[in-house]
Amino acid sequence: MFWQRRLQQHPEFRIGAQHYAQQALGQVAWGLMTGVAMVKSGMSVFESVAMTLLVYAGSSQLAAIPLIAVAAPAWVILATGFCVNLRFVVFSLHLRPYVMHLSRSMRMAVGYFTTDITYVLFTKRFHTVAQNDEEHTAHEAYIAGASFLNWAVWMVSSLLGVALANIIPPAWGLGFAGILCLLGIQCSLASSRLRVLAAVVAGVTAVWTYAFPLRLNIVSAIAMAVLVSMLAEHVKPAPAQRGHA
Amino acid sequence: MMDINWWTLGVIVGLAAVTVVSRSFFFLSNREWHLPHWAQRGLQYAPIAALSAVVVPEIVMTQGAWIATWQDARIFAAAVGVAVYFAKRDVLLTIVLGMAVYLPLHVGLGW
Repeated sequence: MFWQRRLQQHPEFRIGAQHYAQQALGQVAWGLMTGVAMVKSGMSVFESVAMTLLVYAGSSQLAAIPLIAVAAPAWVILATGFCVNLRFVVFSLHLRPYVMHLSRSMRMAVGYFTTDITYVLFTKRFHTVAQNDEEHTAHEAYIAGASFLNWAVWMVSSLLGVALANIIPPAWGLGFAGILCLLGIQCSLASSRLRVLAAVVAGVTAVWTYAFPLRLNIVSAIAMAVLVSMLAEHVKPAPAQRGHA
Repeated sequence: MMDINWWTLGVIVGLAAVTVVSRSFFFLSNREWHLPHWAQRGLQYAPIAALSAVVVPEIVMTQGAWIATWQDARIFAAAVGVAVYFAKRDVLLTIVLGMAVYLPLHVGLGW
């Protein structure tokens, strides 16, 4: 990964970083807002900084924030985070042949630092798996360069957001930007009719079962949406999928 | 001494583990394996469902009850956000224009 000197010195490291840099502006805004949203939901500065440094996953952080605020059971929060992160499970299936030559701990490091953007950049640049050591090193260097800048940009902007949140009055309700961000990501996932159906069923179920104890409405909504969408596949064949899972 | 909430910290560490496990899911094991077909299909719907389950109550409910008034800045901001997303396909713009509707209504009119 990016702390390895042999990768930093490879030309692909710089190329990966440059390709990421073209996408950085959106990440800055998203990071700032996640920082603000954490503090505005009532998390302490210490907790917000710990979450930024450790979790490193904007969408699952944003989804966890309102649940932490109402002290939902830990397993509900973790299960929700995992569901929001399921797209990465699909990415990992795709990336498997690219990383299997590495040790397990290094593979986990690559996994941890692979975000939506670096996954897309990497798979765009390298359509086929490396055939020899030289190619493997080039692939590793590219993802290391992109991942390093991605990580640095996210950390700086999120921590800046945490700092700014203390200046902005809570009455402005800036935490709502976090919900709008999740809403935008949700729309970007709506790439087929059945997925739209899943979103509608989940939204309605989550409101309808809101009185369930322990925020189990989230779990019931996901289960209901997946079930209904899978049953609906049989009604009409699913159209070809586009975009990320 | 800083007051540390150990429960929240535990949840944060758990979420970090979720990041590692989900992002390296299929390369944690050295052995090749596959998900059953039904699970692969289900996987397509879970992310959007999870987001919707978190987002929708945050927009249409207050203190656990359905909002009683249409004078709520969140519904207008969300409606504009969705329209902007599908017009421009840009999450950043969705946030910016959604907040441009939200802030005047919320701060200005108190909705």
